Amino acid sequence: MSWLETLRTGLNGVRTHRLRSFLTVLGILIGIAAVILTVGLGEGAQAQVTSEITSLGTNILTVSPGSSTSSTGIRGGFGTASTLTTADAAALSSHTVAPDIKAVAATTSSSETLIAGTSNWTTTVVGTTPSWLTVRGRTLAQGRFLDNQDVTDHEAVTVLGSDTASELFSRGDPVGQTVDIDGVPMTVVGVLASTGASSSSSTTANQDDQALVPMTTAAERIFGGTTRDSVSSIIIQAKSADDLTAAYQEANQLLLALHHDTSSTDADFTITSEQSLLSTATSVDKTLTILLGGVAGISLLVGGIGVMNIMLVSVTERIREIGLRKALGATPSLIRRQFLVEASVLGLIGGALGALLGILGAIFLPGVVGDPISISPPATGLALVVALAIGIAFGVYPASRAAHLAPIDALRSE
Amino acid sequence: MTIDTTDPVIELGGVTKVYNTGTISVAALRGVSLSIRAGEYVAIIGPSGSGKSTLMHILGCLDTPTTGNYKLAGENVSAMSEAALALVRNRRIGFVFQQFNLLASMTAWQNVELPLAYAGVPRSERKERAMAALAKVGLAGRVQHRPGELSGGQQQRVAVARALVTEPDLILADEPTGNLDSASASDVLGLMDELHEAGRTLVLITHDAEVASASGRVVAIRDGLLTDDRFLESVR
Repeated sequence: MSWLETLRTGLNGVRTHRLRSFLTVLGILIGIAAVILTVGLGEGAQAQVTSEITSLGTNILTVSPGSSTSSTGIRGGFGTASTLTTADAAALSSHTVAPDIKAVAATTSSSETLIAGTSNWTTTVVGTTPSWLTVRGRTLAQGRFLDNQDVTDHEAVTVLGSDTASELFSRGDPVGQTVDIDGVPMTVVGVLASTGASSSSSTTANQDDQALVPMTTAAERIFGGTTRDSVSSIIIQAKSADDLTAAYQEANQLLLALHHDTSSTDADFTITSEQSLLSTATSVDKTLTILLGGVAGISLLVGGIGVMNIMLVSVTERIREIGLRKALGATPSLIRRQFLVEASVLGLIGGALGALLGILGAIFLPGVVGDPISISPPATGLALVVALAIGIAFGVYPASRAAHLAPIDALRSE
Repeated sequence: MTIDTTDPVIELGGVTKVYNTGTISVAALRGVSLSIRAGEYVAIIGPSGSGKSTLMHILGCLDTPTTGNYKLAGENVSAMSEAALALVRNRRIGFVFQQFNLLASMTAWQNVELPLAYAGVPRSERKERAMAALAKVGLAGRVQHRPGELSGGQQQRVAVARALVTEPDLILADEPTGNLDSASASDVLGLMDELHEAGRTLVLITHDAEVASASGRVVAIRDGLLTDDRFLESVR
């Protein structure tokens, strides 16, 4: 008897016991759908975090000031000291000293209340230089960005993030309007284009909600303070992803020399890369995915045991059929094949329906729960293979029981 | 393999069968020797517990003897593997059971073509031969019916068609009338007669002397031994 013939017999067996086949399939179906959904959920969350972090700019290193030590000996955390200055930023932007650094933007930031007419909005005000736009990899939706003239002349101008602009100026063109930042009137000269990354997650601040002002204007008119040339961070863009390490070393060497630090261990600054932020964020998501995937995998295993259980019941129930088939000339290996085909057909149907349900879930569930779910074709393909393998693996024992039934015992049973 | 009509289809030599059930061993057959020629119509008669079912299982290659020899159509089958026996059953033997043993999910013709499927006959030829066999037993109009839609007598005729379809050397009927009313029973026995007249070798196992009298030769078995072997020339 050919494989095709055996397949037909196996399909017939599945069709004859419709309800039982359906219930068996259900176990596999739920397992496969759960695996596809949980893995999709994890991958979706990872993709979201990645897109948020890359929206901060690519090939970026951030230099933060080191920790401060108060007169009583209490050490603050990283960033509490005011050790970075505009001079550091200027030194880093020299192409002769640091050839692998493409651009540098120093920033100072503070949370301030913005008032435009009758509306007010509290957001992060960032004092920076014109290079910020390229370093951050941003574009403008309207108007212009801060220029060097603004910085030298301490102009009272600002560029708003797209969300900030829409909060303050619900209608009308914000460019040319005046907004009060901490009581200082500023002219809006431009609006940033939206990053497109979905709004605020725990990992990153909303990149579309901020107000940018010239570095000098911020230091003198808004933030004040004693050390007016200190900055809260320096953002460095390397020439390419491959030059990131070289850029890191150049920046490190230069700052150590400028700050008269003897070694990296007593440096009064830290350099972090977006890469490290990314890997921390994704590793959390990965752990969650593995955990959820594991739970879904267990449900798949239970589904497989269901297949085995049903196949064993099926063998017992069809003992006469097996006996008759043997009397008519079916060899033990043909009987084994028939039951294996039935089990794998159950597994495959369950896998296919489960994949379908998983894909439908991935399409419709994000609208309900709000989290993105990505469908990965290789994972779906793998799920089908796993479903088939489960059918076969859990069908082997029942099938060999059927194959080794003695024909007379099988025929005699009532 | 072609066989001369004078050659025995069945040749049993000192066949014994001992069943071991835990500590007790039961000798179901205690040395049976029997020779059946091609074209013979033999009834094996005996009360329950006489060993006739065991004899039928051995004749049908469903079981192997503990000791002794069994040659079926010249081939020694007493020490064959299970897979080899399955092939012998498929090619040489057609079974008719008391319980009909038709598969409920299949139509009459699908039931009849089943042994041909195991023999590897192509689909189109299978259907043709199954239809022909069903026509031979008078069920040409019922080929699409499932067993549940047929009477007991009709079901047994489907089973006879299934036994015929492979053109076997031997047709083995185990109490074929046991589950039938007398009208259907004589119907099935009439069919057996026709098969005998067409030159088929038939072995019928029964406990009923009346059923046995339809055959040409009655072999009686009791307590695992053959006690009588008569030719019923008067009936022929």
